[in-house]
Amino acid sequence: MALSGVEIFKLLPKTNCKKCGFPTCLAFAMKLAQRQASLDACPDVSEEAKRILGEASAPPIKAIAIGNGEKAVKLGEETVLFRHEKKFVNPCAFALSIKDTLSSEELKNKVKAVLDSEIERVGQRLRADMILADNESGDSGKFESAVKQIIQDAPNIPLILKSQSPSNIETAIKYCSDKRPLIYTATNDNYEVMAKIARDNNAVLCVYAEGTEALSSLAEKVKSAGMDDIILDSGARKAKDMLEHYTQIRRAAIKKSFKPLGYPVISFAEREDPMHEIALASIGVTKYASIIVLSSIEKWKMLALLTQRQNIYTDPQVPMQVEQKIYKVGEPTQKSPLLITTNFSLTYFIVQGEVENSKVPSWLAVMDVEGLSVLTAWAAGKFTASKISEFIKESGVEKNIAHKELIIPGYVAILSGALEDKLEGWKITVGPREANALPSFLKARTTN
Amino acid sequence: MSYVVPKETYSGKVYTLQFGSGNKTITVGGENALPFLTFEGVIPHKPAIAIEIQDTPPADWPETLQKVFEGVSGDPIGWAKYCQDTLKAEAIALRLISTHPDRENRSPGEAAKTVKDVLDAITVPLIILGSNHVEKDSQVLVATAEVAKGKNSVIGKAQEGNYKTIAAAAMANDLKLIAMSELDINLCKQLNILLSQLGFDKEKILTDPMCSALGYGLEYTYSVMERIRAAAITQNDPTMQPPIIADIGMYVWKIKETVVSEVELPHWGSTVERGIAWEVITAVSMIMAGAELLIMRHPKAVEGVKKVIEELA
Ligand code: B12
Ligand code: SF4
Repeated sequence: MALSGVEIFKLLPKTNCKKCGFPTCLAFAMKLAQRQASLDACPDVSEEAKRILGEASAPPIKAIAIGNGEKAVKLGEETVLFRHEKKFVNPCAFALSIKDTLSSEELKNKVKAVLDSEIERVGQRLRADMILADNESGDSGKFESAVKQIIQDAPNIPLILKSQSPSNIETAIKYCSDKRPLIYTATNDNYEVMAKIARDNNAVLCVYAEGTEALSSLAEKVKSAGMDDIILDSGARKAKDMLEHYTQIRRAAIKKSFKPLGYPVISFAEREDPMHEIALASIGVTKYASIIVLSSIEKWKMLALLTQRQNIYTDPQVPMQVEQKIYKVGEPTQKSPLLITTNFSLTYFIVQGEVENSKVPSWLAVMDVEGLSVLTAWAAGKFTASKISEFIKESGVEKNIAHKELIIPGYVAILSGALEDKLEGWKITVGPREANALPSFLKARTTN
Repeated sequence: MSYVVPKETYSGKVYTLQFGSGNKTITVGGENALPFLTFEGVIPHKPAIAIEIQDTPPADWPETLQKVFEGVSGDPIGWAKYCQDTLKAEAIALRLISTHPDRENRSPGEAAKTVKDVLDAITVPLIILGSNHVEKDSQVLVATAEVAKGKNSVIGKAQEGNYKTIAAAAMANDLKLIAMSELDINLCKQLNILLSQLGFDKEKILTDPMCSALGYGLEYTYSVMERIRAAAITQNDPTMQPPIIADIGMYVWKIKETVVSEVELPHWGSTVERGIAWEVITAVSMIMAGAELLIMRHPKAVEGVKKVIEELA
């Protein structure tokens, strides 16, 4: 919970020495409360004050990174319960569970599925983020060789090491102590050893206890054992428990500043039936899971889940948008067609993709309508004949093309008359309504 | 630090709404907590799912979905019975899409006949949906409301441009009414107020804040629904307390991800599963946000969502 200016003032030296650049300690405290100054500016502040202030200004859910390098996942730091209040911060990570009972061939294929899982959607590159190596066999050697192989095939993918046996973890973690893995899991019986292994290997530690109350006390014990990079598992495996536990954990952290539960949550969605698994995973995406473990990552499944994550984690205040300009698709010439659309990212990327699919090099005029879709922008009066004609005239596109024909989206066919009036000498062509009809539409024009 | 389960105290409650007749009625709403949070409130009824059928063969549905209803979708009666008897649908939503002026432009009289035939053939509750054409719906839904008298069906959708006639017809024939607005909590509230001013019982309304598909505006619908539920439960705002309906299938089964084949886009994986997954995730997102009644198309998706609703209850 953030401290008030007066509360901060009480912790300062109260000498008004001005070294911080402010006339008084109180003035400095006020600026700190508004987050417009940094505590470092005061050279005389006590260690104790630093600690208290640091804790108070820390986010209610601790930021935890797993893995390192470009593909590391960053979790936590959430500040709200509902996305309409404020943007959710760090998207949840999807982890594929790989059991050490698999044959080497099967294991390789699973790892490959993770490596091949990347897709592009609305300008973002999305993928299955992590691998969970599961010591299902209980055997130390099997686990060790599975982990070795995974690391060899996928050295950059953040890892979760799952075993009930601390010594099996200790053996396997040697191969990734430079990779900041997540250890699964500390329990009431083994947390001291697990905390030590995690500390010694610079790893993150998952804490497991049944129910939120037991979980909070174990998390506290783990923290006192010197381990503060924690992921939480409340044992929820049924949809109802998932929703209730994750809600309670998030609320305790954010609304009550309850530190023992101020960590990211891991959710196990694995089920026989893939549609059931997807449904459970999607509860986690909407309601507060930070890592979601899956039993398989078929392409259709990841496309759907990653899309949901993208939706839930967008900024509710500002639609995703692209820059207003005349984009080239392929290598257009003076004769290439000119199409217009709006700067809502989703609209732009769909249209751009379909124009690309057509293999007809084109000019794509993208107009700033504050990130609204074609129809929404039209309904809001931002994609009107006069605004479009003004944009086309000012864009300078006329220098690039030898014709004067503009293709407009089929849904705004109604604008064509008014556009022909405003854009003198131009021919307005109404394109198809849905972008997926663009390839055949554009191809048909070039063969004619 | 000692842990106390962080419970909220809520002041509001969603209206309880029942539809259908005989021994096959459905009740939704009635909860005084946010979705599925039974640790701090009472949630007497689970979300229900109606399976959608149309009054004309679904030539505009993706092939994978058409195939599921092959052999029965040629006529609405057979289609409805298949959903009720074979798929065990709790409710059926009949969309009178053929009445749309850009489609077959069928008359209100023809639509009423279809509705009557379907009502005679089934015992589960019926949701009667127009074609979403503001002017035409006000004729079609008025004519069909009459044949549904006594069946306690749901009818809709009443929108800003036609709510007066449709609400009057629902009132005269004692039906439940869907009130639809376009993704804006204030417009949604306003429509419910306008309906009350007409004398329409607010406990007979289902709010449709407008659905959208995963990847195509889902986040807007999701947040509008969450805000409606927060207003209803936390702020006790009576204009936000009708149960929410999410008309999912019509948004999901037209976008590229549910249509394009795997041959064309291998990196998107199986078309069949992709479509079902799309409808499942859209539906789960809606129930997490607060929807109490869903209209869906693919039986496998319905099955998946039902399983998870059971697990959530
Ligand atoms: C999400 C949404 C919103 C969001 C905004 C999202 C955004 N960033 O734009 C919000 C909630 C803010 C909103 C607000 C409004 N909305 Co709105 N909204 C939608 C919704 C559900 C989805 C829009 C969307 O994202 N579509 C996806 C994008 C990709 O579609 P698109 O840009 O049209 O692009 C497609 C095609 O046009 C084509 N295409 C695009 N460019 C080009 C170019 C060429 C050359 C060609 C050939 C094709 C082509 O390809 C794309 C894919 O096929 C639609 C309903 C629906 N399901 O479509 C209503 C909809 C667009 N909204 C509508 C309305 C009326 C409004 C409001 C005026 C009402 C209100 N609720 O207050 C406001 C206006 C906004 C304002 N005042 O600022 C109406 C428009 C009605 C009409 N025909 O005029 C719609 C259709 C809802 C309805 N009635 O069914 N909306
Ligand atoms: S430097 Fe520290 S002690 Fe000096 S005035 Fe600023 S806050 Fe006070």
